[in-house]
Amino acid sequence: MGISRRKFLGWFGGLSATAATAASTAIAGGNHHFEGHPDTMGVLHDINRCIGCRKCEEACNTVNELPKPEKPFDDLSVLDQKRRTHADVYTVVNQFKIGNEKKHVHVKKQCNHCMEPACASACFVKAFKKMPNGSVVYDESVCVGCRYCMIACPFNIPAYEYDNAFSPKVTKCTLCYPRVQKGLLPGCVEACPKEALIYGNRKELIKIARERINKHPDQYIDHIYGEHEMGGTSWLYISGTPFSEIGMREDLGVTSAPELTSGPLSAVPIVVGLWPVLLTGIYAISKRKDKVAEEEKAEAVKAAENAADEEMKKQIAKIKQDAAKDKEAAIKREVKNALDEAAKEAEEKAKAAAELTETADAAPEKKEDE
Amino acid sequence: MMERPSRISIKPMITPINVVLGIILAIGCVLTVLRFTGGLSVVTNLDDNNPWGIWIGFDLLCGVALAAGGYTTSSACYIFGLKRYHSAVRPAILTAFLGYALVVLALHYDVGRPWRLPFPIFWQQGTTSLLFEVGLCVFLYLTVLFVEFTPAAFEWLGFPKLREKIVKLTILLTILGVVLSTLHQSSLGALYTIVPSKLHPLWYSGYLPVYFFISSMFAGLSMVLFEGSLAHKYMHDKMDETHLRESEGIVLGFGKAASFIMAGYVAIKVIGLSVDNNWHYLFTGYGAWFLLELIGFVALPAFVYAIGVREKNIRLIQRTAVWTVLGIILNRFNISLIAFNWHLPSAERYFPGWMEIAVSLFIVAIGIVIYRFVTTHMPILYEHPDYRSDH
Ligand code: SF4
Ligand code: SF4
Ligand code: SF4
Repeated sequence: MGISRRKFLGWFGGLSATAATAASTAIAGGNHHFEGHPDTMGVLHDINRCIGCRKCEEACNTVNELPKPEKPFDDLSVLDQKRRTHADVYTVVNQFKIGNEKKHVHVKKQCNHCMEPACASACFVKAFKKMPNGSVVYDESVCVGCRYCMIACPFNIPAYEYDNAFSPKVTKCTLCYPRVQKGLLPGCVEACPKEALIYGNRKELIKIARERINKHPDQYIDHIYGEHEMGGTSWLYISGTPFSEIGMREDLGVTSAPELTSGPLSAVPIVVGLWPVLLTGIYAISKRKDKVAEEEKAEAVKAAENAADEEMKKQIAKIKQDAAKDKEAAIKREVKNALDEAAKEAEEKAKAAAELTETADAAPEKKEDE
Repeated sequence: MMERPSRISIKPMITPINVVLGIILAIGCVLTVLRFTGGLSVVTNLDDNNPWGIWIGFDLLCGVALAAGGYTTSSACYIFGLKRYHSAVRPAILTAFLGYALVVLALHYDVGRPWRLPFPIFWQQGTTSLLFEVGLCVFLYLTVLFVEFTPAAFEWLGFPKLREKIVKLTILLTILGVVLSTLHQSSLGALYTIVPSKLHPLWYSGYLPVYFFISSMFAGLSMVLFEGSLAHKYMHDKMDETHLRESEGIVLGFGKAASFIMAGYVAIKVIGLSVDNNWHYLFTGYGAWFLLELIGFVALPAFVYAIGVREKNIRLIQRTAVWTVLGIILNRFNISLIAFNWHLPSAERYFPGWMEIAVSLFIVAIGIVIYRFVTTHMPILYEHPDYRSDH
C-alpha cells in the first residue's frame, strides 16, 4: 500500500464532492414534492355516458397512423374480451357486466398522463417528459429499451414492440400532443359521439366533475378517479359503478412515484459521503493493529537476538578458555615432549659414548691382532 | 511458470462437462442470431404486462447478488485486515469481474437497443431513476473490478512495473468497490420501491434496498464458498500450498460471517413485516411461500452454517453455501417474477420460454469457460513465484 495517506484522502475528497453534486441534482429531480404544472390540460371521461361504440379507438388509430386491426372498429364482439393497450393500440374500450342487471359499463383506457409520471421518473435516459400542457411524451431517439417504464407504470399502459429487432419503441397515448400543438382536439375526444370525453383545463375539469357528482349523487360515486391517484393524473374519471368493479384499481394510493423512490435516492450522498470515511477509519485501525503487531514482533526478535548475544559471548569466552587450556596443555605437552626427547637424546648420547669408549678400549687389541 | 509444469497440465478435451458446455454454447449462438434478427418476441415470452423476465430476474438480479463475493472478500482482507483470507481474494475478484461482465452481456440481450446502453451514462442522465444509479454503479464497478484483476494478468504477461502500480492502488480500489457495491446492490432492490401496487405486500417494503444489500453480503460469501469447493474439486492441481492451507480457515471464517449476517437479515425482515403490519398475509398461499423462503432458505441455512462452524465440518458448510445461494435465487425470483404482478389472472402471468432459459445457461456457460481459461493460465489459485506475498 504505497500511496500516501494524504493523497489517498485527497482522492476521496474529490470523489465525494462530485458524488454529492450528482446526488443533489438527483434530489432536485426526485425528492422534493412537485405539484405538477398548474395549467395542465386533461380529459374528463364520464363513464356513465360511454356507450362502447369504439369510435375513439378508431380515431386514435387514424390520427396516430397505426396499422389497422384485424377486426374492424365497428365489430363490437371485440368487447367480449378484456383488453389492454399494445404496441399498435394506444387506447381500448372495455366492457364490464355489472351484477345480474345485465347492465353494461364501458370504460376507455389509455395513458393517464400522470402529474408526476412513474414512467418518467423511472426512465434512466429521461425519454419521458411531462409537458406543461399535460402530455407525457416519449422520445424514441434516446430510448434504450430497458422497459423499466413499463414496470413502473401503475396503470400498465406503456407497450413495447417486442417483434421489432432493430428499432423497437415504447408506445403509448400522447394525449395527441402533435394535434394539440396545432390547436386541434385529441382524436378520441373529437370522435366521441356522446361527449363522454371532454378536453380542457384540468382544474376546470375537476370542477365540472364535482358539479355532476353533486347534481346527481344517485348516478355518480363520490370520487373523481385521477384527482389524487398516484399523485394525480391529467385524465379524470367519474362513474356510477365502483371503479374497482370496472378494472380500475382503487388501492394505488396517493403517493406519487418520485416520492416512493426519493428515500433510496437520498441515501446515495450518505453512502458516498460516509462509507469512505468509515472504511478508511477501519482500515487505519486494522493497519495500526498490524503495525503494533509488527513492532511487537520486531521487539521480540530483538530480545531474542540480545539473548542470543549473551549466549554467544559466553560461548566465545568458553571457547577462548577452552582454547587457552588447550594451548597450555599443548605447550606442556610440547615441553614435556621436548624434555623427554632431550632426555632421550642425552641418554642415547651417553650410551653411544659408553659404547665408543668400549670400542676404543677393544681397538688396540684388534690392532695387535693385525 | 515453466518450473510448474503441473499447472498447465492439459486435461482430456472430451469430458461430459465439456460436451454439455459445447452443446449449450452452440445452441446459444443460434439463439443469439435469432434474438438480434427477429427481436425479443422470437426468443422470449415477455409481453406488455410482464416486461421483465428471467434475463432480469436471474441474469441481472441473481448475477449481481452472487458476484458480491468480490467486495466482501476484498474488504475483509484489505480493509478489515483479515490477511488470512488473502488467498481467497483473487478468485473472488475474478468471479466478480466475470459475473459483472456477464451481467452486462446479458443486458445486451434483454434491452431493445443494446447499442444505446452507454446513453444513460454519457448522453442523457435520468438521475431520478434508480435504474440510472444501478447502471452507473455497475459500469464504474466493472471498471474497478477490471483494474483490480489486472495484476494477475500482468503477472501472467510479465509486466512487473504496471503490476506494481496497480497493486499500490489496492486500498483505494477496495474502498471504491465497497461504496459502489453498496449503492448498486441496494438500488437493485430499490428498483421495486416504485411498484407497491404490483409487488406482493409480503415482498414489497420500503426496506427493499436494505434487504438487497444485506442479502448480497451473504450471497457473496456463500458464492465464494461454493465456488471454492468446485475449484477444489476440478482445479486442485492449480492451487498452491498457501491456497490449500488457508482454505479451511476461509471456509470456517466465511461460514461464520454468513451465519451472523443471515440471522440479522431474518431479524430485519421480521421488523419489516411488523412495520407494514403484514402478518395476516402469512396465512395465505403467498404467506406459506414467503415463510418457505425466509425460514427454509435463510433461517435454516444460517443455523446449519453455525453448526458447521462449531463442528469444523467443512463439507457441511460447503453444502450450506449451495443452499444459501439457492435461497438468494429464490428471493430474487420471488421479487422479480413470482410475487410481481401477483394480482393479475394466471393467464396474464409470465413463465419463461425454453429459449430464454437456454440463453441464460449460455451466458453461464461462457462464464465457466472463461473462468477455466483464466485459472489455468493466470496466477489466481496460486501465487506467482516471482511475486510471492508482496501483494
Ligand atoms: S399512466 Fe403510466 S405511462 Fe401514462 S404517464 Fe402515468 S405512468 Fe406514464
Ligand atoms: S424502455 Fe426506454 S423509455 Fe422506457 S425506461 Fe427504458 S429507456 Fe426509458
Ligand atoms: S388522446 Fe390521442 S393518442 Fe390518446 S387515446 Fe386519444 S386519440 Fe389516442
